[in-house]
Amino acid sequence: MTIKEKAQSIVDEFSMFDDWMDKYSYLIELGKELPLIDEKYKNETHLISGCQSRVWLHAEDAKGIIRFTADSDAVITKGIISLLIKVLSGSTPNEIVNADFNFLDEIGLKSHLSPTRANGLVSMVKQMQLYARAFKIKLNN
Amino acid sequence: MPLELTKIRNDFPILSQKVHNKPLVYFDNGATTQKPWEVINRITEYYKTENSNVHRGTHYLSQIATDHFENARKYISEFIGANNQRELIFTKGATESINLVATSMSDYINPDDEIIVTAMEHHSNMVPWQQLCLKRKANLKHLTIQPDGSLDLNKLERLISPSTKILAISHISNVLGTINPIKEIVRIAHKHNIPVLVDGAQAIAHIKVDVQDLDCDFYAFSAHKAYGPMGMGALFGKAEWLDRLSPYQFGGEMISTVSFNRTTFNEIPYKFEAGTPDVAGALGMEAGLRYIDKLGIDNIRKHEDDLLEYATAKVKEIEGVSVIGESKDKTAVLSLVIEGIHPFDLGTLLDQMGIAVRTGNHCAQPLMSCLNISGTLRASFGLYNTKDEVDIFIVGLKKAISMLV
Repeated sequence: MTIKEKAQSIVDEFSMFDDWMDKYSYLIELGKELPLIDEKYKNETHLISGCQSRVWLHAEDAKGIIRFTADSDAVITKGIISLLIKVLSGSTPNEIVNADFNFLDEIGLKSHLSPTRANGLVSMVKQMQLYARAFKIKLNN
Repeated sequence: MPLELTKIRNDFPILSQKVHNKPLVYFDNGATTQKPWEVINRITEYYKTENSNVHRGTHYLSQIATDHFENARKYISEFIGANNQRELIFTKGATESINLVATSMSDYINPDDEIIVTAMEHHSNMVPWQQLCLKRKANLKHLTIQPDGSLDLNKLERLISPSTKILAISHISNVLGTINPIKEIVRIAHKHNIPVLVDGAQAIAHIKVDVQDLDCDFYAFSAHKAYGPMGMGALFGKAEWLDRLSPYQFGGEMISTVSFNRTTFNEIPYKFEAGTPDVAGALGMEAGLRYIDKLGIDNIRKHEDDLLEYATAKVKEIEGVSVIGESKDKTAVLSLVIEGIHPFDLGTLLDQMGIAVRTGNHCAQPLMSCLNISGTLRASFGLYNTKDEVDIFIVGLKKAISMLV
């Protein structure tokens, strides 16, 4: 599946919920499916700044395909990073760099999260794209 | 006299608003309070009918604006029990008030001098002193706290040395709600000829403040935490101190004569008020404090103490909840942690239920590390909050916890 298709299936799933409780329960459930970061990477280097709760993110390049792992000390944040990983993991650096993140608006995530957390969301996306850019440069060399 | 809450709530237009389709429960008064019509109307009225620059014009409007501005200074200085309105400097908030003193004090701080703060300070009453110490190669010391969130007062004497130059302390902790025994602290400090600055940001709207009774040398506070506008505040300073300190910003208003070679500064308070002041802000600040006075600070205190007691008993019934800060002298602030649950998760879910609380370290990171926690969920009360709102908060809290465990 392409990033676009994966994003669309998330949008479809979210559109089934008409109340915020179901939406957040789903996010919390998503957090439980998060591919967890190796304990050895849970350090300052892998911490994403700009989030009020702590989020650690790691990326690995497997033959031109990026796989993300992460963790957070807050469960809703864990759900959000899990959602992003669901959409982005398994794609090429190029696809990630060029990905469209409008789906976050469509599922109402950006507007429904408190401003600080929305900033955290932006920081997470930025960090994932930063990893992709770094791998892209490595691939081209 | 009990507060007439239905009437009071109608004074605050924002409170009838819905948030995420739920009635707003505003429990973030420690961050900022909402504004009554009196304040909103006063600011509007100023811009509609009085706007003019103060202290310089010969024309009618300038005279009116100056009179009202100076009357606000007089009223606010009386509100805090100051002896003379010359001792009240307008600033943009408690933070600027503290920075003003820290910057102006710089001349008096020499290498190896000491400044004392406490472990419970907000960053605004910690970082200015820390930076001053770094600049002047002085040392920042801090008074520790006890497990219940009160200060280790018996350690103060030992902390003071001949090199101690100033003691800076909050009147009420923004995280713990502890009311510090300022009068006693000032007595001890003055025995050693050390001036005391009090950060009154969390106190001004909640307890009676009388700077003469406290005998503190400086008292800093903000308008926006006392039902007034943002970006406005004041510094009380004893005249003997303010006269000695040098101004920290320069420009118009604060001068007396200027030539290309030298400037003589104006008298206090003006020598600390460079530039055009926020006149509307001062009038709004006055209106906010008048609103408090109309209801009576003791009535407000009683109401908020009742709310705190009620809410504390209710949250303690919930499994896994610990209250952070249980000093016997506290008010208006309820900080809590819940075992295994991140405060941000709680705050996010409560927000969906229309309940506004603060989560995180509350700009008091050193305190968080002393308590060995990463953050708390804080409900902070104002004069318009009700027991019904506490009940909504408790139901919301239980619902959020059930979703998160």
